[in-house]
Amino acid sequence: MDTFFELFTYDFFQKAVLAAVFASISCGIIGGYIVSRRIVFISGGITHASFGGIGLAFLLGFNPLLGAVLFAVGAALGIQFFTKVAEIREDSSIAIWWSLGMALGIIFVFMTPGYTPNLMSYLFGNILTVTNSELWWMFMLNIVIIAFFILFFRKILYIAFDEEFARTAGLPVSLFNYLTITLIALTVVLNIRVVGIILILSLLTIPQASANLFTKDFRKLLILSSVFAFIGTLLGLFISYFLDIPSGAAIIFTLVLMFGILRLIKSFI
Amino acid sequence: MNSLLKIENLSFGYDKVPVLENINFEVIEQDFVGVIGPNGGGKTTLLKAILGLIKPDNGKIIFGRELQGRKKAIGYLPQVRYIDKKFPITVLDVVMSGSIMVGKTLSQKAIRNKAEALLKEMGLINIKNKAIGELSGGQMQRVFLCRALISDPKLLILDEPDTFVDNRFEGELYEKLKHINKDVAIILVSHDVGTITSYVKTIACVNGNLHYHNSNKITQEQLEAYNCPIQIISHGMVPHTVLQMHNHDHEH
Repeated sequence: MDTFFELFTYDFFQKAVLAAVFASISCGIIGGYIVSRRIVFISGGITHASFGGIGLAFLLGFNPLLGAVLFAVGAALGIQFFTKVAEIREDSSIAIWWSLGMALGIIFVFMTPGYTPNLMSYLFGNILTVTNSELWWMFMLNIVIIAFFILFFRKILYIAFDEEFARTAGLPVSLFNYLTITLIALTVVLNIRVVGIILILSLLTIPQASANLFTKDFRKLLILSSVFAFIGTLLGLFISYFLDIPSGAAIIFTLVLMFGILRLIKSFI
Repeated sequence: MNSLLKIENLSFGYDKVPVLENINFEVIEQDFVGVIGPNGGGKTTLLKAILGLIKPDNGKIIFGRELQGRKKAIGYLPQVRYIDKKFPITVLDVVMSGSIMVGKTLSQKAIRNKAEALLKEMGLINIKNKAIGELSGGQMQRVFLCRALISDPKLLILDEPDTFVDNRFEGELYEKLKHINKDVAIILVSHDVGTITSYVKTIACVNGNLHYHNSNKITQEQLEAYNCPIQIISHGMVPHTVLQMHNHDHEH
């Protein structure tokens, strides 16, 4: 038990807990929106495309998260462009950008001279190595997301539920769609350090599936998703520490296990 | 009677395939227009043009004074089949969503009270906190009718409000619309010609073009002359106007 409380005195662990809080709030809210609107696949495309930016940053030697943001937003706009203007089917355009981003990332990393030690932490995440500046960025993202969802809650809900009706009522639907897709891209990128590119979809969907078991109210879904995400992330963090297994994978395993248990509980109440 | 909206020479096509051609049509105050026509004939497209969801290739829609600032003066009930029934939203929130733009002048509390009053009127107040996906077809249609009415529209546009609705409720729905029609003009698209003709005042047959029929009595022969290949089907339980057709048959 002593080692349990001792953990919280370590600087790296305090940071990890803070990162878990920030990741849970941003992923809980944005994930709730993504799941409700059924745009999980688009989000997957954006996430994986961001790997291209990380590769480019390794090659040219700038901040990998900056590269990831550029590629994520680029992919978000690219998917829209392919679908609306070039008239390629939406799921196909997503797959094109998804794989293009990954391919570019692999090429850039291959061209980078020497060994790239951090690569694994971007792919699979490592919440225990989150830096102060990354924490600040995550904090600011949380402020933006919370403010956006509080200020425009009803408009976001109404557009997400019935876009066409919102248009007939004169809401700026396209503007809101661009704003939310940008927030999705930022959320994905800034949370890459927690669970990694390959695993981030889990934080955007599993807590939401758990929350959806208990509520069908959009507002409550967003809040409950954040709560479940936090419990799962923190538990996963402990499991990863005590069993000495990678944190990202441990967190996801915990989230799925939680969902299974909650689903069972629900069938008994 | 004042004109609510007037459509002049309107044409529209998807990917250069013409759907609506040279439509001329006027809706006046307290009108109750039944829009009928075969599938793919352009009924929904016509509604979308009026709602501003699509931009006509040619022609124009002139809105009367009552519909100036039309964004809140038109109530819209879309086809329920296109609604995502798994979306996590409560009945009350769905109804309140009808007042998005009105929300600028009314407080959330006032909108909530109004939504609850409408739900009470439709006999839905007990299920206001249920998720939309938990409702029956008839309940869902009534919820969307509440959403269309909460903005106090001058014109109500309904796209097949009788799908997924059982016979008993269908009669109730049309009685309700008849009542609403005392203050609000209605454009109603339906595939159930036999039923709507006993409630609407005039009929528009849409099949690429539009034929206006200034009464609710329509015969199979007239439909054919209008190039509107649909069958007048009769249903039990609900009042319907098939009599006219029978008389016609007997005359021969």
